[in-house]
Amino acid sequence: MAVLVFTENWDGKFKKATFELASFASEISKLYNSECYAVTFGSTNDGELASLGKFGVKKAFEIKNKKYQNFNAQSYSAAIVELIEKLSVKTVIFPNNYSGRSIAPRVSVKLKAGFAPGVTSMPVSIDPFIIRRKVYSGKAFADIELKTDIKLISLNQNAFKLVENAVEIQVEEFMPTINDTDFKLETKEVMKNKGKLPITDAEILVSGGRGMKGPEKWGILEELAEVLHAGTSCSRPVSDLGWRPSEEHVGQTGKVVSPNLYIAVGISGAIQHLAGVNSSKNIVAINTDPEAPIFEAADYGIVGDAFEVVPKLTQAIKSFKEQK
Amino acid sequence: MRILVCISHVPDTTAKISFTDDKLEYKKDDIQFIIGPYEELSLTRALELKETVGNITITAINVGFSDTEPTLRKALAIGADDAIRINADPKDAYFVAKQIAEAVKNESFDIVLTGKESINYNGAQVSEMLAEFLQIPSITSASKVEISGDKAIVEREIDGGKEQIETSFPFVASGQKGIAFEPRIPNMRGIMMARKKPLKVIEPVECEELTTITMHELPPPKAACKMVDADNVEELVHLLHDEAKII
Ligand SMILES: Cc1cc2nc3c(=O)[nH]c(=O)nc-3n(C[C@H](O)[C@H](O)[C@H](O)COP(=O)(O)OP(=O)(O)OC[C@H]3O[C@@H](n4cnc5c(N)ncnc54)[C@H](O)[C@@H]3O)c2cc1C
Repeated sequence: MAVLVFTENWDGKFKKATFELASFASEISKLYNSECYAVTFGSTNDGELASLGKFGVKKAFEIKNKKYQNFNAQSYSAAIVELIEKLSVKTVIFPNNYSGRSIAPRVSVKLKAGFAPGVTSMPVSIDPFIIRRKVYSGKAFADIELKTDIKLISLNQNAFKLVENAVEIQVEEFMPTINDTDFKLETKEVMKNKGKLPITDAEILVSGGRGMKGPEKWGILEELAEVLHAGTSCSRPVSDLGWRPSEEHVGQTGKVVSPNLYIAVGISGAIQHLAGVNSSKNIVAINTDPEAPIFEAADYGIVGDAFEVVPKLTQAIKSFKEQK
Repeated sequence: MRILVCISHVPDTTAKISFTDDKLEYKKDDIQFIIGPYEELSLTRALELKETVGNITITAINVGFSDTEPTLRKALAIGADDAIRINADPKDAYFVAKQIAEAVKNESFDIVLTGKESINYNGAQVSEMLAEFLQIPSITSASKVEISGDKAIVEREIDGGKEQIETSFPFVASGQKGIAFEPRIPNMRGIMMARKKPLKVIEPVECEELTTITMHELPPPKAACKMVDADNVEELVHLLHDEAKII
């Protein structure tokens, strides 16, 4: 009944989200009194794989063959299936991000294995296997039963806390069978947003809407973000108008984020905007209009002009941090 | 060249969701249904390719009972050339992908487009499952699709950046913002023409059930927002420290 977790690495390194996945996977393996394994594509930095042992992973497999250097859903899913069969794995955990969303559905078809995407917590029961996931862009939950012997789950970021559970870990290279028909894609170029944390990784986000009036006004939001070590994001009109880059757009048609704190400044709180931010642990709203729907979604609110309130807030946080 | 666009029939983004007493389904009365916003963008890109590259026919496909037909007709009105409806309840993503794969496996489509995810179940599974059934390459969350001779150049979003990928035909791509920017809306002429365009209805094939939904639930009501005076932002700082424990 072993559990396998797909641990993606970024230039040889893991992120906090990787350890959330490992924690979740080893908690699931405990339910079955079984072991937890991990797999990663591409070489990792020294000690990186071993760090998974801290979160209960007994064995980590590294696929170093250069053919797997670039992401490819076809070849990655085939390699994972081979590993599942070799290790008699019954549950596989993926991140609910671009990679997990590409690989898991293919594994599902290859093995006829039921897949629950976008999970936020441990199973409701394991026999039958029922697990809760978000649906309708966060407007509701659904309990989904996986009726197959092998079960696939993808976990949302920042939904499951780290559980330390140090075990002795073995690291091994895994060499999958190469099937040429799985390599029809060619990665031409990888373009990284340099020096910027992806907004989906930010623990705090300072987000601006049309109420900010123009791109030249973003300085006060960036200063607030700086004192909070936060990322910056925006509403759709702001990115459509070209005030901010499109990778900062959150909402129904943009990115879905789940930071510990989301500060919405000059954002009205349209239902499509909330679809992208309703998993935030805390929401602060700053808006001139006391009737703005954002206050219904927020935990803390200030009715006021952003251009007065935000600089004051930045100053207050600065003073607070200096006193501490 | 032939492009297939897989269309989901989903509640309007502003719809308030509520469930039947047995919690198994959402209440469909009073809900307005739309083409999923991502599929709308993919369909728009298919039309742009048709206009710029030429000699392309576009087929829209959907798995659903006859109540979903207005959504497919809308795709025809926007500009698809013909449509296929697979007459079945779209039980789960595996079922949907299998039905579409069976319907098109002998049809030689060069490009298959879906949306990044349907906005009801947000599963983002159909595109990759379909690619696996058809044994062809796939790119999820595509923010650009260009045709360049006998290859296509596709850009996909990754964590913290983008990747440019070259692929041969056929392939599957799931579209997101960037594949197109403004979704096309049907005009009067399109709506008139849509009535005469072919819409083929086919019956589903047998398919095993891998998952079922045992119940739905709405999130618990939120506590009221705590209001802080604009002249007392220090109070907010303390709340974020003592209560929310963030700073
Ligand atoms: C299919 C579909 C998908 C969509 N997807 C998204 C999406 O992904 N993301 C998204 O964000 N939107 C999306 N939208 C758009 C959404 O409906 C709203 O139009 C949008 O979110 C509004 O953005 P906003 O809050 O920045 O602007 P507005 O609604 O214009 O709100 C501006 C707010 O700023 C306040 N304000 C003005 N001046 C000040 C000031 N000096 N200080 C403080 N506050 C001030 C105003 O009171 C107002 O509440 C979508 C819409 C559709 C139909």
